[in-house]
Amino acid sequence: MTKLGVVVVSHVPEIAAGVVKLMREVAKDVAITFSGGTDENEIGTSFEKIQAAFEENEGETILAFYDLGSAKMNLEMVMELTEKEVRLYDTAFIESSYTAVALIQAGADLAAIEEQLAPLKIK
Amino acid sequence: MNVEAVKKWMILFTEKVNQNKAYLSELDRAIGDGDHGMNMARGTTEVMAALEAKNPATVADVFKLTGMTLVSKVGGASGPLYGSAFISMAKEAGTTDSLLAILQAGLNGIEKRGQAVPGEKTMIDTWQPVIKALAAGNLSEQTIADAVAHTKEIKATKGRASYLGERSIGHLDPGAVSSGYLFETMLEAGVTND
Ligand SMILES: Nc1ncnc2c1ncn2[C@@H]1O[C@H](COP(=O)(O)OP(=O)(O)OP(=O)(O)O)[C@@H](O)[C@H]1O
Ligand SMILES: [Mg+2]
Repeated sequence: MTKLGVVVVSHVPEIAAGVVKLMREVAKDVAITFSGGTDENEIGTSFEKIQAAFEENEGETILAFYDLGSAKMNLEMVMELTEKEVRLYDTAFIESSYTAVALIQAGADLAAIEEQLAPLKIK
Repeated sequence: MNVEAVKKWMILFTEKVNQNKAYLSELDRAIGDGDHGMNMARGTTEVMAALEAKNPATVADVFKLTGMTLVSKVGGASGPLYGSAFISMAKEAGTTDSLLAILQAGLNGIEKRGQAVPGEKTMIDTWQPVIKALAAGNLSEQTIADAVAHTKEIKATKGRASYLGERSIGHLDPGAVSSGYLFETMLEAGVTND
């Protein structure tokens, strides 16, 4: 089974860090990296920060979650360049990233995780 | 297509964006988060610095450097959108000299990136009528002004303004306005379909 990792992308540095804090409580051993805000830590998203979050993540297959629509555009730009296998979910940001890491920590495989994520699709 | 004219185009666009930075942000404040002027000013200013430092020799290289710089420096939706436009234009410019084909490739890049179509109150509502007029041989400043003004009447269904629903009607789309500057300065710089 390939090692799964999670990347979360938020427009706000504190939201990204906060979601990771929430996830860490149930997923001590999961590869989690994040990108929050712009290069200047203003509200927005940064292509370079997202790229770094992918590169630094120890997962071979990355499950990616984002807050607002424009984060998705930057995520997709990075996905076109990265070597890693990336799965991008249009799901409720906090619920779905939390669900994914809890299941990875519990040893679930990708198919089982995606089954749980499906009803969380909102966009 | 003349590389000097294209460089002049990028310079004039940067100047226009910077002169109207506050206005673009004010438009974005009404239906978005108020950063479009800042985003575009930061991005285009970085483009100027990159063009000066690297002095690209071909039209394709000018567009490519512009696109890559916008992607990494803008920080809002307009970064990946304008970035994708210029990167697609660079690819097209590598095989053709036709301004029409190049701009069409740019529009395709925006549509692919943002999954929007004409009529959703985005920059596409400037690009699409401009390209149509260019194809018909009657692109003018008036075409551009009319396209931009029309975004006031439509409801946003893509981007941040879409969260406002009906309340987005009655406001110009900031990205459509900045794209208006792009095409006005294209005419000023003498970049034409010849
Ligand atoms: N899906 C889309 N397709 C085409 N154009 C879009 C789309 N979403 C937004 N835009 C354009 O982008 C402009 C807003 O750009 P801006 O630089 O303000 O980014 P933003 O929406 O604030 O980004 P973010 O949400 O990441 O902060 C809009 O006025 C619109 O023209
Ligand atoms: Mg904005």
